[in-house]
Amino acid sequence: MSKQEKTKAYELRLYVAGKTAKSTMALNNLKKYCEEHLKGQYKIEVIDLLVQPQLAAGDQIFAIPTLVRKVPEPIRKIIGDLSNEEKVLVGLNILPA
Amino acid sequence: MHHPTLPKTPTGIAGLDQITGGGLPKGRPSLICGEAGSGKTLMSIEFLVRGATAFNEPGVFMAFEEKASELTMNVASLGFDLDKLQAEKKIRLDYVHIDRSEIEETGEYNLEGLFIRLGYAIDSIKAKRVVLDTLENLFSGLTNQTILRAELRRLFQWLKDRGVTAIITGEKGDGNSLTRQGLEEYVSDCVILLDHRVINQISTRRLRIIKYRGSVHGTNEYPFLIDEEGISVLPITSLKLEKEVSSERISSGIPAMDAMLGGQGFFRGSSVLVSGTAGTGKTSIAAYFANETCKRKERCIYFAFEESPKQIIRNMQSINVNLQTHINKGLLQFYASRPTLHGLEMHLVSIYNVIKKFKPGVVILDPITNLITVGSVSEVKAMLIRLIDFLQEEQVTVMFTALSLNNIVNEQTDEGVSSLVDAWILVRDIENNGERNRGMYIMKSRGMKHSNQVREFIITDKGLDLVEVYLGPDGVLTGSAREAHKLQEETGVVLRDFAVSSKDRELIRKRKVLEAKISNLQMEFESAEEELNKMYQQEELVKQVTQKNRDEITQRRRDQQFDEKGGKK
Repeated sequence: MSKQEKTKAYELRLYVAGKTAKSTMALNNLKKYCEEHLKGQYKIEVIDLLVQPQLAAGDQIFAIPTLVRKVPEPIRKIIGDLSNEEKVLVGLNILPA
Repeated sequence: MHHPTLPKTPTGIAGLDQITGGGLPKGRPSLICGEAGSGKTLMSIEFLVRGATAFNEPGVFMAFEEKASELTMNVASLGFDLDKLQAEKKIRLDYVHIDRSEIEETGEYNLEGLFIRLGYAIDSIKAKRVVLDTLENLFSGLTNQTILRAELRRLFQWLKDRGVTAIITGEKGDGNSLTRQGLEEYVSDCVILLDHRVINQISTRRLRIIKYRGSVHGTNEYPFLIDEEGISVLPITSLKLEKEVSSERISSGIPAMDAMLGGQGFFRGSSVLVSGTAGTGKTSIAAYFANETCKRKERCIYFAFEESPKQIIRNMQSINVNLQTHINKGLLQFYASRPTLHGLEMHLVSIYNVIKKFKPGVVILDPITNLITVGSVSEVKAMLIRLIDFLQEEQVTVMFTALSLNNIVNEQTDEGVSSLVDAWILVRDIENNGERNRGMYIMKSRGMKHSNQVREFIITDKGLDLVEVYLGPDGVLTGSAREAHKLQEETGVVLRDFAVSSKDRELIRKRKVLEAKISNLQMEFESAEEELNKMYQQEELVKQVTQKNRDEITQRRRDQQFDEKGGKK
């Protein structure tokens, strides 16, 4: 497991608050982009702040939904429903800006 | 008047609760706005700290500007130990870091994350108070204004629903708007504006309540201070005049002055102004008063704005007042500061704090005139009103000294302040006959009989004294003129004495002559009497002798008859 995780070039975290339309949409968008551009190199962790509110402070979350790129450094954040593919890919440094 | 009043949450900030009539609206958000560095963060954090320590209301501080560690360090200088309060679960700091460079926006979002964080923080310590400092930073980090505004509206409603008393801080915008993002339109219950002005190189912080829905509040600008004990707002006046008064009297230390004040001195808790031109002995009067207070074993604080304590102590030794002994006993404290050291308000607050700590019976401010250098007459007056108010509440007697400057009417502190004080003693120069003397009189003394006489005020190495001025046919005489008149009077007495004694002697002489005459007459009378007596005796003798002779003759005749008869026998 740990070996496999280490090999992942992208560690992504998606913060949501309950299963709202926006968060579902964001998660679906994210999965789609990752499958297209980062197949096999990513890991997505979804954190529901309604369940784990104490985690919000750690990643400085204030907007929902927020996607955090933990790895590679530096940390990047993308807020919103991730509907604009280009912006997301630029934001994650997958595409050059 | 019988309507239910708006419930309020006391802030615990000195003075602010007085102005707001009890604190901030309970369970609602209030807005504190002002320029950078006007004290918004400090005021809001003090609101939390006081709540946690004094009212048992834990609080959450959500910082959008400073990191928790920075904040803790910044407020440590005010004596607030945020680390300890956090460990005790009385305060929770949450730093919301918003960095535009890290954030990309795409599509719809909301600020639910912020709500959840805040909600979690509130729940974790059961907070009753919340501070959001400075919420407007959200606007610099996020671009979608429509979402932000909608979310802010939701946030304020959410805060109300949670029933927490909240402070939102906002930076003052350009022009007329109170905050850059118009937060005031969301927070409609209570808006407080902080201001920081520099006038004549002296900075003053001021506070004004712009809006307080459903509550009476002071509408003035109130100066406030930030010092090592937090924020103190100073109500210009405490709006009411409902002070306890004392009819106890305390001595001024100069018996003759007490005599002028109905024989007993000043009222306890009253305010006394001693004014006069330069070098008339105002400080000496003040030192005497301080000395007397300490002799009664009461405490006294001497605020010196002109001379250093050592100077005053040395100078007063020359008039036989030893203040050092009282300092050694802990009864007397000196606080010396140049008036220009800080603004009037800062002076006032340091005076407040010192008085609260030391709890003196008497306070001396020497001289208030110098405060003019840091404020106008009206400002000094406003400050003194507040000071007198405060002192009356604490039942502290205060003596101000003021220098009256001749002919510059609008700089006359004594006149400006005179209406505030209970007793006003004026020391005047009386220049006459080639010398300068001091005349003293009582301009006013509320609530007691007081002398209307001008007394000459004498300072000698034995101390202060008042003597009655000489009222002669030439008017009021003082100094050597008075002495001269005294001498003249004394000469008169000697001359009269002399005249009287010579008359006495004449009388004695006359009496002696008369007595001699009387004794002569008596002797004459005696000799006449003797003469008369002698005649009486002679006559008596003659009478006796004649009788005897007649008796003898008669006897003899009888003998002859017997003889004739016998012969016949």
